[in-house]
Amino acid sequence: MAGASKAVMDSRANLPFVYRQYSPEQLRQVLHKMYLIRRFEEGAEECYMRGLIHGTMHLSIGQEASAMGICMPLAEDDQITSTHRGHGHCIAKGAEVSRMFAEFFGKTTGYCKGRGGSMHIADVAKGNLGANGIVGGGIPIAVGAALSSKRMKTGKVVVSFFGDGANNEGAFHEALNMAAIWKLPVIFVCENNGYGMSTSTARSTAVKNIAERAAAYSMPGVIVNGNIFSEVAEASFKAVERARAGEGPTLIESKTYRHRGHSKSDRNRYRTKEEIEDWMANRDPVTLFETELRDFGFIDDQGIEAIRNAVAKEIADGIEFAKASPAPEIATLENYVYTEQA
Amino acid sequence: MDAAVRELSYAQAIQEAMAIAMDMDERVFLMGEDIGVYGGAFQVTGDLVERYGTDRVIDTPISELGGAGVAVGAAVTGMRPIFEFQFSDFATLGMEQIVNQAAKMRFMLGGEVSVPVVMRFPAGSGTGAAAQHSQSLEAWLGHVPGLKVIQPATPHDAKGMLLAAVADPDPVMIFEHKLLYKMKGHVPEGHYIVPIGKAEIRREGGDLTIVATSIMVQKALEAAAALGGEGIDIEVVDLRTIRPIDRQTIVDSVKKTSRLLCVYEAVKTLGIGAEVSALVAESEAFDYLDAPIVRLGGAETPIPYNPDLEKATVPQVPDIIAAARDLVKGVR
Ligand SMILES: Cc1ncc(C[n+]2csc(CCOP(=O)(O)OP(=O)(O)O)c2C)c(N)n1
Ligand SMILES: [Mg+2]
Repeated sequence: MAGASKAVMDSRANLPFVYRQYSPEQLRQVLHKMYLIRRFEEGAEECYMRGLIHGTMHLSIGQEASAMGICMPLAEDDQITSTHRGHGHCIAKGAEVSRMFAEFFGKTTGYCKGRGGSMHIADVAKGNLGANGIVGGGIPIAVGAALSSKRMKTGKVVVSFFGDGANNEGAFHEALNMAAIWKLPVIFVCENNGYGMSTSTARSTAVKNIAERAAAYSMPGVIVNGNIFSEVAEASFKAVERARAGEGPTLIESKTYRHRGHSKSDRNRYRTKEEIEDWMANRDPVTLFETELRDFGFIDDQGIEAIRNAVAKEIADGIEFAKASPAPEIATLENYVYTEQA
Repeated sequence: MDAAVRELSYAQAIQEAMAIAMDMDERVFLMGEDIGVYGGAFQVTGDLVERYGTDRVIDTPISELGGAGVAVGAAVTGMRPIFEFQFSDFATLGMEQIVNQAAKMRFMLGGEVSVPVVMRFPAGSGTGAAAQHSQSLEAWLGHVPGLKVIQPATPHDAKGMLLAAVADPDPVMIFEHKLLYKMKGHVPEGHYIVPIGKAEIRREGGDLTIVATSIMVQKALEAAAALGGEGIDIEVVDLRTIRPIDRQTIVDSVKKTSRLLCVYEAVKTLGIGAEVSALVAESEAFDYLDAPIVRLGGAETPIPYNPDLEKATVPQVPDIIAAARDLVKGVR
């Protein structure tokens, strides 16, 4: 096994982008994080079913390669705006699952001190400016963050994640236009999972590929298979280079699929069981990446087992941390509405 | 089932009203996000798409401003659209068309057109959906001349007021509290109208008037029932319409009881309670007051996610009981 892996490593030149660009250790970390996203969401779902988490949540199971691929070339102080389906983005950008669970449990140790929940999950210290309850709400905010970067010369690149549904909001069009005319260091990432709630892109969107809309705003429009980590990371890498070089924005359309329903109240009436099962069985992004890593000799079965075990422990510990954390005092109800001043 | 006691949920009552409106008038149609095969985020449109087809139950893209504008344009030119916002919070995205266009078009054109559009807004907190999916924004729209703004509090009124809204020549905004959707109550069959602009006295009493809106009507009635046991006799006025407001019913009630408590879920400051208090203070009922007017409204904060904080944000039955008791006993 070790010998085979060395031989493969020597011929990395023929492998897909990420295997040439990143070290084996970095790539194993990616698999670790993909598992972390998957198991985090499964854990959150289970807690929800058991009544430990209230409200609703939108799971990104099936879209992990998209979140990981886009965030791969980002530096720690680069920034993102995320969506209602934002758990994966949050973990990919560096959040700790314990504090995410704590947020879902409404605890003071959560990233939003129990005020935000799943739909507003954020990790400002790691550059995640927040998920959003408003479809398209984060897109102009990302452009504003990119304007700050340019004016303050911080060198930061900003990524705005949004769904296929969001590309029909006015905010999307207004934001792309401004980013283009001002050549801002922002990357628009449309995670096209085929549906906005129950409405397929065929029914909601006049163009076949959302990337085509880039032409209207004079920026590159790139389509990637969002379930293949290397493809996503490569497109993101190029867009980040372009942004850092001051050449302006890129629109990346990452074609993917959500395995779960839109939210906790979806009866999946608008798509077939066969369609869902096909994506789960044949294009699961975690399985695809794991298989590739193993086939290329970057990891063996033991290594995979070790990752799975480590992730399982992280998830279990995270849930324990959340359970044991204190709930906010009612007396603090009106905190954080305005900035506290001395 | 005996027609006289037929019960429907609030959501079913709205659905029935929309079906009757479509049966009665070819021009009526529905528009909104995921109202077709999904049945609406709160299952209010349900299976209407199967019965009326996709020409009359139209799924829009996620485009609130555009969708609201299309509804306004269709209304001005002869149709009778009923437009569903998926959550009332998204009124903020449609505000331009609602406030600058729908509300003012007839006026600006000197009465040459009418805008018979109905817009429905699932509103309110209590579902754990946090700050951007839990707001009560009815007073925002209540501030705009040209709009009519209603908040039915029972299944009976939800149906009758929706049918009134569809028949109305002007834009009518309906705020439906999400926690009411499952509430059951008597709903007559067939077509009937509950007039816009008329409050309803839900419970007669002599010691205190509670003017409440939407889900707070139910909470006020619970509080009133509890206080009845203490010999405190409360009158509960269900405001039902916040624009145009039924001044007379409020004034007459306060003249009778001499005390006023306003209860509403929206943020307390600059809300509907301020309007009700002011109109009483400006009226002949002022001389009848035996106590200061009291408002119970939402806390001065966005709606938090944590369920205990969320509950603490809006008035609950014990809060109403305490405030009413203090008022009647002269503690305030
Ligand atoms: C302005 C606005 N309109 C509608 C909604 C309700 N809503 C939440 S998510 C969603 C679908 C979004 O679809 P898409 O952008 O494709 O993201 P996905 O859910 O597929 O990740 C809708 C309609 C909302 N939250 N905000
Ligand atoms: Mg989508």
